[in-house]
Amino acid sequence: MSTATLPVADDEEQLAIVRRRSPLRLLGMAVMLVLAAMLVNTLITNERFEWAVVAQYLTVDAVVAGALLTLELTAIAMVLGVLLGIVLAVMRMSRSRLLASTSWGFVWFFRGTPLLIQLIFWFNLSALYPALSLGIPFGPAFVTGSSNAFITPFVAAVLGLSLNEAAYMAEIVRGGLLGVDRGQTEAAQALGMRRLHLLLRIVLPQAMRIIVPPVANQTLSMLKNTSLVSVLGAADLLHSAQIIYSRTYQTVPLLIVAALWYLAMTSVLSVGQYYVERYYRRGDRSVMQL
Amino acid sequence: MTLAAPTPLVRARNLRKSFGPVEVLRGVDLEVDAGQVCCIIGPSGSGKSTLLRCINHLEKLDAGQIYVNGELIGYRRVANKLVERSEREVARQRAGIGMVFQQFNLFPHMTVLANVMEAPRRVRRDPPDEVRERALHLLDRVGLPDKANAYPAQLSGGQQQRVAIARALAMRPLLMLFDEPTSALDPELVGEVLETMRALADDGMTMIVVTHEIGFAKEVGDQLAFVDQGVIVERGVPDEVLANPSSDRTRAFLSKVL
Repeated sequence: MSTATLPVADDEEQLAIVRRRSPLRLLGMAVMLVLAAMLVNTLITNERFEWAVVAQYLTVDAVVAGALLTLELTAIAMVLGVLLGIVLAVMRMSRSRLLASTSWGFVWFFRGTPLLIQLIFWFNLSALYPALSLGIPFGPAFVTGSSNAFITPFVAAVLGLSLNEAAYMAEIVRGGLLGVDRGQTEAAQALGMRRLHLLLRIVLPQAMRIIVPPVANQTLSMLKNTSLVSVLGAADLLHSAQIIYSRTYQTVPLLIVAALWYLAMTSVLSVGQYYVERYYRRGDRSVMQL
Repeated sequence: MTLAAPTPLVRARNLRKSFGPVEVLRGVDLEVDAGQVCCIIGPSGSGKSTLLRCINHLEKLDAGQIYVNGELIGYRRVANKLVERSEREVARQRAGIGMVFQQFNLFPHMTVLANVMEAPRRVRRDPPDEVRERALHLLDRVGLPDKANAYPAQLSGGQQQRVAIARALAMRPLLMLFDEPTSALDPELVGEVLETMRALADDGMTMIVVTHEIGFAKEVGDQLAFVDQGVIVERGVPDEVLANPSSDRTRAFLSKVL
């Protein structure tokens, strides 16, 4: 290729750059603008949204209490789910066939049945076992009590949500652990580290980079899935809204109240996710300024 | 491992190891005296890395015994059986044997200083101030005094490998194992790592080095072992083995790498 024959602009000549236009993109933007205008219009002009009612109930005690219960259930179920999930993931990777297949069976069952069935099942545990006792297997019992007294809606909700979560978390954690290079384990072992030290200080912190994004998704799902416990009569956010609109028949505004609360809580969690992810990416080449 | 170092420091007898149907070690004997540098060369797949990894029990043996400082590694003799030691005891034995890997294997989520301090702090449980001082001194010794707060990803391969050497030394090992320490490095970075290893040898560290650097083996090594197909074909003073190999297999290998 010879450059000698190509016309070359003079040094002092500044040529303006014109970017390519895409007619399709312009069309898409126009459609979106029209749709957005329609949405704003209907939100303002359709009086059946009853925004005054939304505002009136947004911060009433019952709704706030419901939102707090929803947060509480989410936090407890996620913590228990993650801890049990780590145990299940480690079991699954064990050399023992028995431990590995127990973990597999747990995941198979709790992932394979609807959460709603699991919740109702735990709530009705007393139909299967009228009395619960704590003691030596096949031996004497130390404490015995009525299942009905023990399995409150809250306990059933925690049991159902956390066991179900653990099944998903087991797979997420296992994926994270497998994603850490084998050389890390060997280097730690060669330094004389023992299993728990190695897991907690070397492998898990690195697995967290892989684990955190799906766990954040799970947390958002959990926050919304707690609404299923309304069938048990636990006074979560949705159930609190339902109680009010069953009395006032203002169904839509109260559903909007609940939705706004869910949206606010998931938004806060998303911000938290950003910072947690950034923390576990420390040491990454992609996020460091050299 | 507080006994006075007997001679030899490392004694391996009749090591055998299979991966599935493949017998990787087929009766290997090795002796390394305290303060000696033993280089192991051989074609890839010959079993030289496996041999090294058996010495700190990263690989379990099928047969044979390894003694380091007079102590049977990984197993305990009970009557006429070798019973695998508990995790705690294996960890204690490994803590006294440093290892440097081909892929460095630094902990990427920790700073350089934290990499070096982790095991002395939490395995040896030495006092933090003393560990910190030792770590900084070692980083100085491997030529990286200003990298203590960097993360591994910010370092070149050669720098990472020198940190890995400092990390192993921080455990005050009585033996250092090197598994192809320069094979993953860009050619211009090989020299700085070999220089660090040479200084370590000059200080009297007992070292077993699996390497392709024949020049290093010749200059620094006290002993050279040529491994092929799971056996040590030849073992001796590097100059002699390199100049007058007694086996055809050694000769054929050397003609390819020299």
